[in-house]
Order: sequence, then structure tokens, then C-alpha cells
Amino acid sequence: MLPIEQFPVLVVAISLLSALTILLAGWINKKSCFFISLATITFQFILSIFILHHVLTVGTIHYWLGGWRPPWGIEYVVDALNAYVLIIILFLSLLAAIYSKRSVEHEIDEKKLVTFYTLFQLLVTGLAGVVVTGDLFNMYVLLEVCSLAAYALIAVAGGRALKASYNYLVMGAIGVCFYLLGIAFLYSVTGTLNMGDMRLLLPALYGNKGVQLAFVFMFIGLGIKAAFFPLHTWQPDAYTYAPSAITVIISTAMAKASIYALIRIIFSVFTVDFITLFAPIADIISWVAAIAMIFGSILAIAQFNLKRMLAYSSIANIGYIMLGVGLSTSTTLGLTPALMHILNHALMKGCLFMAACGFIYKADLRDIRDLVGLARRMPYTCFAFLLAALSMIGFPPSVGFVTKLYLIFAALDAGKYIFIAVIFFSTLLMIVYFWHVIEIMYIRVEEGGEKEISVTEVPRSMFIPGLVLAFLCFIVGIIWLIGTPMPLMDAINSGLGLGVVP
Amino acid sequence: MSTEKRIQERDVVIQTIAKLMIPFIQLYGLYVMVGTEGAGGGFQGGTVLAASFILLVVAFGVDKGRMKMPEGWNAVFKSLGLYLYAGVGGLLCIIFSLGKAEYLNYCAIPLAKIIGGPATRGFWVGNIVEVGIGVTVMAAFVSIFYDLVRKEEKKEAKE
Amino acid sequence: MIEWIAQHIVAKYNFWIAIVIMLTGLYATIAKGNLLKKLIGLTIFQTSIFLFYISLSDVGTLAGLGLHYGTAPIVWEEGIHKGYMYVNPLPHVLMLTGIVVSAATTAVGLALVVRLYEEYGTLEEERIMEKEMEIERRGT
Repeated sequence: MLPIEQFPVLVVAISLLSALTILLAGWINKKSCFFISLATITFQFILSIFILHHVLTVGTIHYWLGGWRPPWGIEYVVDALNAYVLIIILFLSLLAAIYSKRSVEHEIDEKKLVTFYTLFQLLVTGLAGVVVTGDLFNMYVLLEVCSLAAYALIAVAGGRALKASYNYLVMGAIGVCFYLLGIAFLYSVTGTLNMGDMRLLLPALYGNKGVQLAFVFMFIGLGIKAAFFPLHTWQPDAYTYAPSAITVIISTAMAKASIYALIRIIFSVFTVDFITLFAPIADIISWVAAIAMIFGSILAIAQFNLKRMLAYSSIANIGYIMLGVGLSTSTTLGLTPALMHILNHALMKGCLFMAACGFIYKADLRDIRDLVGLARRMPYTCFAFLLAALSMIGFPPSVGFVTKLYLIFAALDAGKYIFIAVIFFSTLLMIVYFWHVIEIMYIRVEEGGEKEISVTEVPRSMFIPGLVLAFLCFIVGIIWLIGTPMPLMDAINSGLGLGVVP
Repeated sequence: MSTEKRIQERDVVIQTIAKLMIPFIQLYGLYVMVGTEGAGGGFQGGTVLAASFILLVVAFGVDKGRMKMPEGWNAVFKSLGLYLYAGVGGLLCIIFSLGKAEYLNYCAIPLAKIIGGPATRGFWVGNIVEVGIGVTVMAAFVSIFYDLVRKEEKKEAKE
Repeated sequence: MIEWIAQHIVAKYNFWIAIVIMLTGLYATIAKGNLLKKLIGLTIFQTSIFLFYISLSDVGTLAGLGLHYGTAPIVWEEGIHKGYMYVNPLPHVLMLTGIVVSAATTAVGLALVVRLYEEYGTLEEERIMEKEMEIERRGT
């Protein structure tokens, strides 16, 4: 066994060990918590790069925990899809960790600092675990690990965050229970919990009502976790009232892990055959996603609270990803647009939330109308916000533009022209609400100028991650257009049996 | 209210019975954890151990309880348990076998000279892991209980 | 008709009970205004899923009776001779994990409920929402 094949488990195990090391170290020195967390996440990120390299050059990694063979033991499987999502999640966790240093000192009671970082590390553990696991029940446990950490971390902010966290807990627990119920149905007909084994055993049973019911349960359960449109009700409050660093990590890494789980269940446990022949759900997903794109954008226009606006914008963007999923069965592009948007949305939304939380950090500016003339006082943060907002609108050659372009290609390829209109309309709505903010920040002049707030730039550890993400929005966009990561996308599509239209 | 006065108010019957029961409860907890021939029981044993400490606090008051099981120790126990579980049980398997065996593959720990066959080895290391799980669970439950107690104390102090 | 009832309701009574409990829990979670009652509903909901799993594990038959059930999954010479079948132990093990997870969820939920009560002085959802609106109005 190559040493590199141990990495999938190390990503999870070292993170878990580090979580409680933080608890111990915080007892001695509170300052060390942040550094241990940062070092661990950096280490995990480096491991994930090696994993991706290994997966691309050698092939899928199968890791049998405890040496037990797959149908009996838990198996960690890392193929191209896992490795890709793992890198995104750990990169954004890393930036969120850097960002958390100053914002946490500002927002959270010093007594809670140790617990905060312990939970933060547990959240990262859960996220990494959800992505690398190849076992249905193990995925349930790790989903709960990261969800429980997230509930507690949202509630750390106190005040209105408590109710938001409570709603998230109730919705999230119901969602995960639905997922568990789905596993029960699948287990009752196949007698296995391993995803790869399940994929082999299921096709003969596709006509079974229990299997179809299991699909519905799992789809709805994970849809709740991913905040897919009609199931999104917990999401705006949770994003709005959570502490800054937590908003960044749950809106990017956690949302992406849930979407990953959904894609894994749809295409890897069930197959394309199932969703085209036995449960024709692709069209339904596309239409609901189209509604989500418009609904989220319209509600975002109606908001005055900047973070809440971005939260509704997230709902619209989850709609973009799900539109890619819905179209994937009937186009040669396969899942490429959806996978692109997983990365792209993480970059853009991470940057936007970092900027929005920066405004709160410095001057407690939550309302969009209070941001008048802010660009002169916080040039870097506002510039990052501007770049990410432009990217969100779809300014070429940014990542938002690339997503929209590929989604339009996919819709053209599938012959579903109505979705092109939906994409254009949703873009129009995005221009309305982002331009509103940019106009207030950059162009509008204060009346009388007496409302001079002596605000300066946020600390360096807070605006640099935002700027990095903002520039990445454009750099990654160019990389997508050049087509460097396309072999990876093709590997994922062929692994899931997509990209071939009968 | 002073500490002595609080203790005096407590029931003698409960205190005596608790005194008699606690060692046996703890022994039973340890038995559930490692005494049986087979895997499992860490969580249950840890819960029983935690129950013994909770009984101690209920019978003798928080101050006596804190003397026996200081709150700071909880963090240590939690981490220690996890090190036993993930460190001994997992990472050492990888490290000692020079990356040839998997995580949680207890037989891979090279103690052949001392213990013998792979099954026995796995069983012994498995027992250490059970202790780790039990200690973590015990510390977690006790710390939850202490947190609730502290909340009540704060409320009393306010009044 | 009676045969149908015997086959689908009497023989599978634990599944029906699981469904009834599940819907009770889901109803309480959705319809109750009190946050603590919602949490109780959630716990009931989770418990019903455990019951469902445990019912699934019962794959054995007991000769002579119409009802199906297996023995404990312990190797037992006499039982094998009599033709008893043992239940599948895996769902039980899964549900041990499930119970731990459910307990953790409930613990976090209860902690949140305690904090909410300290913050707002009530657990009725409508009252909490009213108070939140009040805070919002004062804030702006």
C-alpha cells in the first residue's frame, strides 16, 4: 500500500485528533487554539492536493478501514469527484480559519474561544469525512457531526442567532432522519450499506417501490441540508445571524458538502438509468431549480440586510447548481456546469460574505442603505466585494460568466431553451440587487456629509482572504475558459456514467 | 449559604447508600467497558461511570464532587480518551506497520513478542480503545452535568 | 379480507406502529408552537426510525407460529437444531450509533432551548417572534 493511499483517512483522523488537542491546549494557552486549527487545516489542504494528484494520475483510492473488505467494513473511496470537492471544502475552510482570527476575538466572549475552535475543527472534520466516505451510514454519522458542530457554532453569536440555530436544528435533524429512513429502505432490499456495492446490486431492483421511495426520502433529506428551494426556510436566518467566520464556512464549504452528498446519492448510488427510466426526476429538478433561481433573486432584491440579501442570493445559486444537475442527463456536457458552479459559487459567496462581515466588524453596518460612500474608507474590502459582485453578475471572464455560459451550452444541447431565458432573467435580477449595493458603496454621495463615520480598513487577516478569493474569481474563470481542468471534469462525468447522450 | 450548611441539609440515607453504591457502580462500569470477552461496551461503560459521578454530586453536593472530579480534568479526560481511540487505535497502526496496514487495523501493532497471535493482539488493543471511548463519554457527560449545575449556581447567586 | 389483514397488518404490526409514531413525531414537530414540544416531537420521530430499523432486522421464522420472529444473534446449539433463525445484528448496531447521534442532537437542542428561554423568557414560538420583531424595530 502506498503511503499516499493512507491520506483519505488521515484527512479525517488528524482533524479529529486536533479538535480535542485544541481543547487541551486552550486550557493552557487560549492564543494557541487558532494556530493549531490553522496548522491542521493547512495540513489537510496539502493532503487533499496530493490526493487529487494521485486520483488523476493513478486512479480511484479505495481504503478499507481496519482492513475489512468492502461489503462488511467501512470503505473510504476517493475518486475524481470526491477529490475535487475535498479541495474546495478544505481551501475555503482554510480561508475561513484565517478570517476567523480577528473576527472571533471581536465577536465572541473570550471564555468561549476554546470551545469555538474545537467545534470549528469538528465541523471541518465532519465536512472532510462526508466527502471522503464511501459508506451510506458512515455518511449519515459524519453529516450529523458537521451539522451538530454547525448548530452550536451558529448559536455562539447569541441573540437572534439562537432561534436561527434552533430552526436549523429542527429542519436539519428531520432532513438527516429522512436520509436515514432512505438508507433503511435500501438496506432492506439489498442488505448492504456500501455505495459501490449498492450501485451493483440496485439495478435489478429499480422497479421496486421501496427503492423508489428510498430515493425520494434521500433526495428530500439532503435537499433540506443543501437548502434546495422549497426546503430552504432555515437558511436565510442561519446565514444572517451566525458569527462572521461561521457564515463564511457554512455558506461555502458546508453547502457544497451537502450538494456533493446529493450528487453522490443521485448519480453514484442510484444511476443515470434510474433517474431517466424509473424516476423521471431530472425535469422536475430543472424546473424547481429554475423557480429557485428567480425566487431567490427576487427575495434578495427585497432585502435591506446585506447578509440576508446574500443568503437569498445563495438560494438562487443553489438553483444554478441544481439546474446543472437537472440538465446533466440530457447533454454531452454532463455534470460539468454544476461542478463548475460548486467551485465558482464557493469562491464568489465566500468573498461576498467576508466583505459583508468586514463591514459589520468595523462599523456594525448591516443595512445596505448605511453603506453610503464606504468605498473611500474601506477600499480593499469594497474592491473585493465589487469584484465578486461583478463575477456574480457574470462579467466576462469571471467565474460567474463561465458558469452561465456553460449552463446555456447545456440547455442548448439539451434543447430546453426555456432555461436560457430563465438564466438571463435571473442574471437581470442579480444585476438589480448587486448594482444597488455597488451604487451605494461607490457612486452615491452622502447628503451633507455630516454622517462621517471614522471607519478604516479591516485588519489584514480579514481583507486578504477576501481579496484572494476576489482575484481567484477572475483567475479561475480564465483557467476554466482555457480548459485546463476539463480532463478532471471528464473523469468525473465518465465515472458517474454521464456525458453520453443515448 | 455556606458549604457545611448545604451538606448538613442533605439526607443521611442517600449519602450512606451513595457511599456504598458508588464503588460498585464504577466497578460495573469498568466491567462493561473492558471486562467482557468481545468488542463494544465503551459507550455504555462510560455512561455508567458518569452516572456514578453524577450520583456523587447529587448526594454530596457540587463542592465535594468538584474535589473528586475537578472540572478541568474533564477536558484532559476528553482529549486523553480520544488520543487512546484515534491515536493508539488508529494512527499507531499506520505508523508501526510502516504504512502497510489500515487505520483501525489493531492487529497491525507489532506486539507479537509480548502478546501473541493477531486475534489476541487485536483484542487487547481493542480493549485500550474501549477505555478511550469510555473515558471520553464519561468526561463529556460529567461536563454537561457540571455546566447545568453552574447555570443553577449563577441563578442562585443572582437571587 | 381477514387473510389480507393478517398478512399486511397483524404480521407487520411493528412497521405500522413505526409509521404511526413517525407521523405523530412529525406532526408535533410541525404543528406545536412550543419549542420544547417541537424537540420532543423530533425525538419521537427519530425513535420511530430506530424501531423501523430494528423491525427490518427480524428476518427469522419461528416454526409453528404464523408470526415471524428470530432469536437473539447468539450461537446456540439447541436453537439451530430446532430450526430457529437469529435476527440480523447489523441494524441493531447501526441503531446504537443512531441513538448516540439522536441523543447528541437532543442535547444540543435542549441547550439551545435553555438559552432561548434565558433570552426571551418564553418558549412559545409566536411570542419569541413578536419579541424579535420588537428588537428589530428598536434597532432601526
